[in-house]
Order: sequence, then C-alpha cells, then structure tokens
Amino acid sequence: MVDLFKFFKKKDSSKDVAKERLKLVLIHDRSNVSPQFLEMVKSEIIRVIQNYMEIDEDTLDIQLTKTNSDDGERIVPALVANIPIKGMKNAGRQSL
Amino acid sequence: MGEVIVITSGKGGVGKTTTTANLGTGIALQGKKVVLIDTDIGLRNLDVVMGLENRIVYDLVDVIEGQCRLKQALIKDKRFEGLYLLPAPQTRDKNAVAPHQMVDLCEELKKEYDYIIIDCPAGIEQGFKNAIAGADRAFVVTTPEVSAVRDADRIIGLLEANEIRNPQLIVNRVRPDMVKRGDMMSIEDIIDILAIGLIGVVPDDENIIISTNRGEPAVNDSKSIAGQAYRNITRRILGEDVPFINLNNSDGFLAKMKKLFGIKPA
Repeated sequence: MVDLFKFFKKKDSSKDVAKERLKLVLIHDRSNVSPQFLEMVKSEIIRVIQNYMEIDEDTLDIQLTKTNSDDGERIVPALVANIPIKGMKNAGRQSL
Repeated sequence: MGEVIVITSGKGGVGKTTTTANLGTGIALQGKKVVLIDTDIGLRNLDVVMGLENRIVYDLVDVIEGQCRLKQALIKDKRFEGLYLLPAPQTRDKNAVAPHQMVDLCEELKKEYDYIIIDCPAGIEQGFKNAIAGADRAFVVTTPEVSAVRDADRIIGLLEANEIRNPQLIVNRVRPDMVKRGDMMSIEDIIDILAIGLIGVVPDDENIIISTNRGEPAVNDSKSIAGQAYRNITRRILGEDVPFINLNNSDGFLAKMKKLFGIKPA
C-alpha cells in the first residue's frame, strides 16, 4: 500500500521541500556554525584519527544534524561523522 | 496596571503594522484603553494604516526628549473610544531613542492604559532593541514562506536572550487552497519548526489591501475574513479560549474558511 502511494505521488510537494530546507538551515542558524568552522573541525578530526587508522578522506562525511535527546523528548543538534576505515596502523594494534 | 505587547517578525513586509493596527483597534472595540506605538523611526507607517496621518503634531522622539508632554503626542482615534497612537518621527535617526527610555515610557503608559501595543521595525538592530525593551509579551508575525519563518526563528532566539519568555506566533497570509495541495507549509508545519505557542492564524484576504487603502482597520469589517481572524486573536489576548480551526475536513473551500474563522453560514 505504502509503495503504491509512493508510486502515485511522483515527487515531494513543494512545502515538504521548504520544510526540509528550513530545518537544515535552522540547525546552522541556531548553532551559529559556519561552513568554515565545520571544515576546521573536520580537518582536526582527520588529523587525530590518522595517527591510528588509515581512513578514506574522499568519502568522509561530517555534518551537523539533529537527533532525539536521551530522554527522547526533544530534538537536539548532533555532530555526525561517517569515517570509512581502510586499515589499522601499527600503533593501533595491541602489543603482545 | 497595563500590559505591553510587542509585534515583531525580523523580516519586513509580513504584516507587523497591519497586525498592530488591527489588534489595537480590536482591543479598543472590547472597551479597553489602548496605546499603539510606532517604533519604526524614519519609516513610519502605522499612522497611514490607521488613517491618522493628518493628525500628527508630536512624535515618539519629541516625548522622549521632553519637547512635549506624553498626553500632547498621543493622537486620539475619534472613531474608536479608548484608542490612541504615538507615531514615530519620520526625519530622525533610530539612535534618537535608547532602550532604557522605552522602558520608562512603557512604565508610564501602563499606569493609565490597559494595553500598549508596539509596532517593531524589521531587522535586529537598534530599532528592534528599542521596541522590545519595555515589552512584557511578544507576538512574532510570520508568513508560510521559508524566508519569513527563518527570520522568525532568529527573532524568537533574540527575544528569549532578552528574557521575553514564551513569545506567541501569528501566521499571516495563509492560503488554505495552497496548503491543501501541498504547496504551502501548514500551521502545523510552521509550529513544528518554530516550537512556540500559536495565538492566531490570519488568512490571505484582499480586504486587507482595501481597508489599508482607506485607513480603516479590517477588524472593524464584519465581512472580512482576516478581520474575523483579528477579532479571534483579540479575544484570546483578553483571555478568552477561542478554538483554532481544523483545515482537514471535507467541506468546500468557502464553507471551510467561514467555519475556520467563525463566520456562521448565511
């Protein structure tokens, strides 16, 4: 049923697009975070993680988004990082 | 002791001045004493929307600088008992007024009037700071557009930072036909995003343009659907519990609108 509904509903209505765009822009507005700031955070994280792991910098994704708070009652901003690992560096192995 | 309500929005052109004029007139029609203050120094418009532009002698800055007594600057609206306007100067700078002076002015007016309604200028600079300085309560006006909702969110943050708690939302120029076909954010969508309480929904209504042309607030026009919406908000301000309307029933558009805004079918 749901799929059928999706099939007939060709694309998101313009108000859904508006709402999604607004939600994203407000996360930035509310947290006062500029793209430059995010770039700084990103490069620092890469630098630290590279000491221990080989990571795929090209597909690395880091963004401000939102998530449910621990009590599940509020939506709170969250920094979400998706960092693909290619391999471990020797420094990261447990020494025997 | 009266109450000071500031009407603000961040973005320009969403209907702050029209809202101020209609709510002020609506409250006066309920038998209360009301002063409207235009704080948009250099770009005043509340006088023309109210149809009182020919009666200005003194203005807000004259009062603050002591060039005249407060009573001399208040324009009495002869059509509505208990309604007064304190206009903004047209040829002065925003910096002619400081927030602490607005606080003093509001305290003075609260002794004698039931409601003081402040029309805030667009923006978040000095004029905004002056307008909110003496306010007990704030209404944030927005329209169902991304730019207006975004600016409303910013204003809500600034109001809270200035300790004006629990601002309430007025969604202006709603078009139920567009909401129904998914091309306009609904009231629920906007409240979901802004997360503040709702005090009014005003439908898009060409009578607003007509009444502004004439300088007669639509709240006094029994045939205007926006006027009915303003009458509902007026009653909510005075503490009455006026229900909000459900847009999702199967009536025709006109019947739905009439039901929505409380106009009984003929």
